[in-house]
Amino acid sequence: MNVNEIREMFPALSRKVYGKDLVYFDNAATSQRVQTVIDKWNEISVQSNANIHRAVHRMADEATQAYEQARDAVKDFLNAESRQEIVFTSGTTAAINLIAFCFGEAFVREGDEVVVSEAEHHSNIVPWQMMCQRKGAVLKVLPVDDSGHIALEKLDTLLTDKVKILAVTHVSNVLGIINPIRQIIEKCHEKGIPVLVDGAQGAVHCMPDVKELDCDFYVFSGHKLYAATGTGVLYGKKKWLEQMPPYMGGGEMVGTVKFSGTTYAPLPMKYEAGTQNFASAATLKPALEFINLLNNNELIKYNDTIRDYLLDKLTADKRIRLYGVPRGTNEEKIPLFSFSVEGVHHEDLALILDKMGIAARSGQMCAEPVMDRFGVTGMLRVSLAPYNTMEEAEYFVKCLDKAINMLV
Amino acid sequence: MTLQEAENAVVEEFSMYDEWLDKYEYLIELGKSLEDYPESEKTEDKLIRGCQSRVWLDYHIEEGKIVFNADSDAIITKGIISLLIGIYSGRTPQEILSSDFSVVEKIGLKENLSPTRANGLVSMIAKIREVATVNA
Repeated sequence: MNVNEIREMFPALSRKVYGKDLVYFDNAATSQRVQTVIDKWNEISVQSNANIHRAVHRMADEATQAYEQARDAVKDFLNAESRQEIVFTSGTTAAINLIAFCFGEAFVREGDEVVVSEAEHHSNIVPWQMMCQRKGAVLKVLPVDDSGHIALEKLDTLLTDKVKILAVTHVSNVLGIINPIRQIIEKCHEKGIPVLVDGAQGAVHCMPDVKELDCDFYVFSGHKLYAATGTGVLYGKKKWLEQMPPYMGGGEMVGTVKFSGTTYAPLPMKYEAGTQNFASAATLKPALEFINLLNNNELIKYNDTIRDYLLDKLTADKRIRLYGVPRGTNEEKIPLFSFSVEGVHHEDLALILDKMGIAARSGQMCAEPVMDRFGVTGMLRVSLAPYNTMEEAEYFVKCLDKAINMLV
Repeated sequence: MTLQEAENAVVEEFSMYDEWLDKYEYLIELGKSLEDYPESEKTEDKLIRGCQSRVWLDYHIEEGKIVFNADSDAIITKGIISLLIGIYSGRTPQEILSSDFSVVEKIGLKENLSPTRANGLVSMIAKIREVATVNA
């Protein structure tokens, strides 16, 4: 499997922008869809568009099967103990909101504490703030150092007896550094504190194994991993999911409904109220099958070469300040690079790169505390997928130089 | 030069460049040549809402004419505001209000900006109109 074969599986990659070849470097925001994902979505829409779990007719059965097969695929991908531990949501944000709310209801009292890292996406901060406000709890912050690594030595003092849960990202969507979550989880578990891992970026690049990590919750979005939008995964250890109350009430999440009281459906249905986004959820299966294809030595080596090339170029250029720099080996970093250029506004750079056919992201990347940490109003970010080529990376470096020269 | 003539001049200037990169280069030059804006006037009340990059717009009245000055932390945005000031600064409120601001469409600026920037542009124009209305 080489990069050209991979590219052929993604119809969007052959399009042009402003008459130039598209260079799609905004994969951390959303990845392009693999053809098998598009086919699955079409198949459900055309052949099996019937509400899942309810009816006995043929079409409903097909839709239900496609939906539940996706759940099995996710269970295998994460190496979860049971399919009951896999809950579908609309995305990472929805999954974290669900956990923050339900876990808060069950376990958090006034004066308790919740810990998040300084490098979190807003989605892994705000739901916890809301819960803390509701419960009279306190949100504490685990800092990151100047190189963008979590300050692990600060963890021990933060883990007081009052801490009820810690939420941390597997890989920051700004810094691209793979966090030592195994160590964090171990330290938390020594004190009986459960850990939620935000896998929005980690699931795409790190092949998470929830048994090996021993995390209590792991959440990610399908649309960053070649599946359709509106697909999210919440993995939770059964013991937690069983103890937490439901999030939303409605159809399919119930056992029996009487005006005198209602019982709830068993896991995972307890957390899947209302008609689910079944056509999109079904695409998680082909998306994860595609991920397995990427586990190919030749391709991995090629992708690593591109990452190393960009890391070299961006750190060698004195005009550029890169955020999230490996301290040890380059293996600490996913192919995601956020940086700023002295005297140049990130938005100007993104605008010029756009006209050169390069899709890059500029702004705060939904992580204002990280911007504050490094004293900037925003950054430029390029994030690569395994379908990006060395030629694209070289073209980007050339265009970036040209854009900077235009602007300074 | 009347306001109409100033608008036409900008449309003509812009049409000289085929490539959008060249148009940006022109806007960057315009941005760089914009008169200095005092740091002390970069206040919340002069900040234009709806821009992703920050834009400050200030004005004063000279012999019945509105004189604008502005700044932005992004240079292309600064170029756009500079272009607008070039047309609308030093005009009476009535002159400004008589314009339909179609110059923006004529040079294709709006559709060539990202939606967030296009919103910023709409906000800039709204602010210029508002100032003219208040002082009419």
